[in-house]
Amino acid sequence: MSYIARRLVRAILLLLGVSALCFLFTEMAPGSFFDEMRLNPQISPETIAALHSRYGLDQPLPVRYGRWMKSALHADLGYSIAYNAPVAELLWSRAKNTLLLTTTGLLLTWMISVPLGVWAANRRGGLLDKTVTLASSFLVSVPELVIAVALLAVAVRWRILRVGGMMSADFESLSTPAKLQDVLLHLALPATILVLCETAVIVRHVRASVLEVLGAPYVQAARGFGISEARLLFRHVLPVAANPAISLLGFSLAGLLSGSLMVEVVCGWPGLGPLILEATLSRDLYLVIGGIMFSALFMVGGNLVADVVLLAVDPRIRREGADAR
Amino acid sequence: MRASLRTRLQTRLRTKTAILIAVLAGLHFVLLFAGFFAPYDPTTQNRELPFAPPTRLHFADDSGFHWRPFVYAWTSAPASDQGDSYKEDRGREYPVHFFVNGPSYKVLGVYEATLHLFGVAEPGELLLFGADGYGRDEFSRVLFGGQISVAAGITATFITLLAGSILGIIAGYYGRWIDESLMGVTELFLSLPWLYFLLGVRAFLPLHLSTMRTFFLLTGVIGLIGWARPARMVRGMVLSSRNRNYVLAARGFGGSDFYLLWRHVLPDVFGLLLTQAALLIPRYIAAEVTLSFFGLGVSEPVPSWGNMLSTLQQYSVLVSYGWLLAPAGAVVVTSVLYSSLSDVIHSRLESH
Repeated sequence: MSYIARRLVRAILLLLGVSALCFLFTEMAPGSFFDEMRLNPQISPETIAALHSRYGLDQPLPVRYGRWMKSALHADLGYSIAYNAPVAELLWSRAKNTLLLTTTGLLLTWMISVPLGVWAANRRGGLLDKTVTLASSFLVSVPELVIAVALLAVAVRWRILRVGGMMSADFESLSTPAKLQDVLLHLALPATILVLCETAVIVRHVRASVLEVLGAPYVQAARGFGISEARLLFRHVLPVAANPAISLLGFSLAGLLSGSLMVEVVCGWPGLGPLILEATLSRDLYLVIGGIMFSALFMVGGNLVADVVLLAVDPRIRREGADAR
Repeated sequence: MRASLRTRLQTRLRTKTAILIAVLAGLHFVLLFAGFFAPYDPTTQNRELPFAPPTRLHFADDSGFHWRPFVYAWTSAPASDQGDSYKEDRGREYPVHFFVNGPSYKVLGVYEATLHLFGVAEPGELLLFGADGYGRDEFSRVLFGGQISVAAGITATFITLLAGSILGIIAGYYGRWIDESLMGVTELFLSLPWLYFLLGVRAFLPLHLSTMRTFFLLTGVIGLIGWARPARMVRGMVLSSRNRNYVLAARGFGGSDFYLLWRHVLPDVFGLLLTQAALLIPRYIAAEVTLSFFGLGVSEPVPSWGNMLSTLQQYSVLVSYGWLLAPAGAVVVTSVLYSSLSDVIHSRLESH
């Protein structure tokens, strides 16, 4: 239990650190959202000053941070200047779509890369292993943006999948199953891009950690006892190899979120990505901070899940927790 | 027997490294002297040839086969439908000449020059990779764009490794609370999705700046965000080498902190930094490409691989003008070369 508690404390500290970092950056930044307004002769300096104080930008940094923290604890992340709407609402309406995309991507990635990695490791040097190694090292070295643009070109060219947005124009008139199908068809392209990029990374790690375990004496002993290959691999080898792979889950989450941001922009998926990009371009302060906090929250949440899973599958960590007590 | 196998492997690795380095050096040479290798100025527009397809090189005409390739000029046929709106004007041939005088450019940003590796006589156009929406030569733009993108990758990597190794050495060597607080900060930096972080930091910086300032801003931001991972690696290295016997002995003989770090610890770190550099450069090139693609990087008319690709955000362009994917190809080639190099350096360090 104390293991989880320690992780939780760490997560909260991380979130605090991220928010402090964000505010520090805003302080160091020259200029603001209102710079463009200042160039407009029709808007008087008084109006801009009034707007400044309305969004609390005239206060010193600690005061602003304190206020923001206080309201953030009530799930209020401030007000978007460009949209003139609460940040939390804006983010949440988009975050659902990002969550849909990333969880689909995550699940598919692991469902593909674990069996593939185990299989490749078991047939080391075989045709499949060579193909997997070559393909993954190629895909890892190619920037995700390029993969995304290339797949998009293929999809648009041959009209394979639906591209652009999340729903077709006539979405409202569709029946429920047709609606579901429509969303899934739109989801397919961004999810495929994401899965392709992530699988390339993870399959290598799974392969490496399984290879390491396969060399252990107990595996040879088990082979000697005549255990079936499938049982050996998935019952005896995989749980031992799982630890590094699951720790990787936390790190891979960061890659997944970044990848998802890029994919969303390229494919026009209405997730957090386009929103944050727009906020960045218009320097919509609180929206940007909110977006970063959201992504940090995803990360921290995902890491906690990984920790819990690790606790469930790895007895060594359970014992470590018991020792600490 | 084993020894001979090992040396054979090492020889093979050495050849591979040499080949990779030679190819990469060639690539950088071409990019560095882009003005010479590119037939045109990257910003000169030709309003008559928007989205002109790549010029075809011909070797044979009615009079037979020629060793010197020649091209025909594109004439825009009245746009009947998209795709086939350009036709070759067979009336006149433009032979390709080497070492010709053309538009002036600056060598290394200093010397004025007009010599180009190849080109065709004036009304003819030699568009190896076609033209973009403003009729600018895509091939020249890929070369000049590569200057920006690759330089951004290298500069950002340098910044990251410098910051990372200084902080990593401090953390590893002095230990205790300095180490703990620094490692806490690295955890913070590592736990954020880099693209969100990058956009966030970029949001607080001015959007419209001169190319030079944007470039340094961009590389600075990309480089400073990535310092955490190399810092942790360097710290680990320093921790392990700090307690080696020879370092302890040197300390016993009265070596100062700086001397110990410089003479004994840094050489250990160097190999690590080399691998990291080969790993990071393509990643940071990708970061620059992604940011410029989003419109947050170097802006038009100066080309970079990222902002060249951003025209492809329009589906109609993406579908009809496949040659505009050329910068993507350039990014892929560069990235694959660099990451193979990092693999090779890594296995060489391991085999020692």
